[in-house]
Amino acid sequence: MQFSLGKIKPHVGWLALPFAWVFFAYFVLPLVLTIIVSFWDYTDYAIIPDLIFDNYIYIFEGCLSNEGGLCLTFKTYLSTFFFCFFTWLITLVLGFCVAYFLAFYVNSIPLQVCLFLVCTIPFWTSNVIRMVSWIPLLGRNGLVNEFFLSLGIIDQPIQWLLYSSFSVILALVHLYTLFMIVPIFNSMLRIDRSIVEAAYDSGASHRQIIFNIIIPLSKTGIIIGSIFVVTVVMGDFLTIGIMGGQQLASVGKIINTEMNYLQFPGAAANAVILLIITIFIIYVMTKFIDIRKEL
Amino acid sequence: MKNQLLSRRQAIKLGAGTVAATGLGLYAPAVISSDPITLRYLGTAVSMGDEVQKKLFEDTGLKVKFIAVTTDEVTKRVLTQPNSFDIVDTEYFSLPKLVPSGNILGMDTKRIKEWDNVTSIFTKGITPKGKKVGLQGTAPSKVMYLEGSNGKSFAGDVTQYATLIPTIYNADTLGIRPDLIGRPITSWAELLNPEFKGKAATLNIPSIGIMDAAMVVEAMGEYKYPDKGNMTKSEIDLTMKIFTEAKKSGQFRAFWTDFNESVNLMASGEVVIQSMWSPAITAVKSQGKDCIYQPLKEGYRAWAAGFALPKTTKGKKADAVYEFVNWYLSGWVGAYLNRQGYYSAVLPTAKQYMSEDEWGFWMEGKAAKGDIVSPTGAKLASAGEKRDGGSYEDRMGGVACWNATMDENKYMVRKWNEMVAA
Repeated sequence: MQFSLGKIKPHVGWLALPFAWVFFAYFVLPLVLTIIVSFWDYTDYAIIPDLIFDNYIYIFEGCLSNEGGLCLTFKTYLSTFFFCFFTWLITLVLGFCVAYFLAFYVNSIPLQVCLFLVCTIPFWTSNVIRMVSWIPLLGRNGLVNEFFLSLGIIDQPIQWLLYSSFSVILALVHLYTLFMIVPIFNSMLRIDRSIVEAAYDSGASHRQIIFNIIIPLSKTGIIIGSIFVVTVVMGDFLTIGIMGGQQLASVGKIINTEMNYLQFPGAAANAVILLIITIFIIYVMTKFIDIRKEL
Repeated sequence: MKNQLLSRRQAIKLGAGTVAATGLGLYAPAVISSDPITLRYLGTAVSMGDEVQKKLFEDTGLKVKFIAVTTDEVTKRVLTQPNSFDIVDTEYFSLPKLVPSGNILGMDTKRIKEWDNVTSIFTKGITPKGKKVGLQGTAPSKVMYLEGSNGKSFAGDVTQYATLIPTIYNADTLGIRPDLIGRPITSWAELLNPEFKGKAATLNIPSIGIMDAAMVVEAMGEYKYPDKGNMTKSEIDLTMKIFTEAKKSGQFRAFWTDFNESVNLMASGEVVIQSMWSPAITAVKSQGKDCIYQPLKEGYRAWAAGFALPKTTKGKKADAVYEFVNWYLSGWVGAYLNRQGYYSAVLPTAKQYMSEDEWGFWMEGKAAKGDIVSPTGAKLASAGEKRDGGSYEDRMGGVACWNATMDENKYMVRKWNEMVAA
């Protein structure tokens, strides 16, 4: 990555200072502290400054021997990846379609703005409320089951509608599709319409236009949206907890439990590993495109 | 724990708010001291509704500034910021973490007027009528005393200095929906009965969940623990293995961490039998659903909380803390707690503030003669009804174990996480 201050004129460089300070105080500093604490020792009632690797070793204990199946850490990450991947895939397809419709099929700008705002309506309430509102709908005695029962399609309530991987992914998609729509929509708006027209005039099919023009030119938006969704889902434990009936594992929940039991260094070590893995995923994503160049 | 207390507070607050609002205009403090002392009270607010604060000011001129947090947060604060409060209200099972830090002082029992009347469950581990209480786990009577005011370890014998001055406690059990089960439930083992496959729940708070799990395992006849509250690694493995198998076979509809989740699971009929806390039962009942806090033959899992003095509170502030604690035990608050289905530490004083019918219903297991109402005016039982589990003697005498901090806490949390991930 290249980042040269040299290109910024010297007399405006100070404009970056306030944000740099915020960034330092609320991001760099806590992160450095987390990394430091992850090497400390701890007891039930105290954390002890030290330089030990026990917290990391503890996380991967039993992961190499493979007796009794996967170790806790691998299982948890596998479960987290699973939610992450499917949420990403579904939000991507949905987000792309919505953005495509908004950008290319809605021609009047006021209507475009209006429809875009409609997409944001769910965000007027808190995400916990948006999540919990699914429960009366999907429960054993919920509306969906009652509807199917009354139609005679099923004779037993469907159990997996709630407190299952299905309900978790449903809620995650519901919560985070907008994070995909916004950047993709933004990229699409900047696609020069004459390129699309030229392709059309040259006899390109609808399919070809989408795959050869629209998708490559919205790649920035797709990657940015993907980064949003992946980072949010990797750290999520609230949605997985509430919608999964607390029976599904997530890395966030493990960290949360450790914090509650005053195992701060252990939680810090877990957080550092989660961070490394998430950064690695984002790194791989950005290999597909140079975001800085495209913006 | 955390959510248990938080939600008890919410439950109390809901009603307390309305009472306070209507009462505000009518009351003026009887004593207006020129320089009222305000105590910073760190706790979970289980036992401190607005009306308690109002009554406190009327009677003593003391004011309380409440720092309401979760139980885990209380422990964190005591360990990391002992100068941020003047008095702390915490649970007995937190003591093995708090006492070695030296951040709380032993409280001088000679300055507690009603100390000799504190129920013998705390001081001797027996009920007032002499029945032995189960002492597995962090039983209050095992961690009641310190060697000296500055002691960092528990005393084996009775001393002048108490770790916590007890305030509130209760015996927890399984909650059931009798209308959906349709037969008597008498054992903890029913939680894993395949009959309730997909309709059972337990809580995802490891330190409490494991105790309930142990009650179940023992009731199934799989193993008899020397001490459920302090398991060895192999005992933890065994307990978690049984629960992991049950979870994999789909026994549990859900786990819960939040009081409201347990209420919703039960009220919606998703779950018909689960680990539950007493205010949650009341909340389900208030939705018009039949719900029982089912006494079981293996006994109850109990918890208890009390006041401690941080080492940073000195002089006039410390005097005020003792005055506050003495007021707390003098009866009015005790009656207030008893009316919510909890128990107060000093029973004789609380009795003076309760009607004969109330005392009979809550403490003696007698059928109510008239409507029984909560301090907030909500109707909890009609004439002729009896309390689930019966009298104080029956309920507290039936305690099998107490909420605990185990020596193998770290290992236990890991095994619990493994079960959740399985």
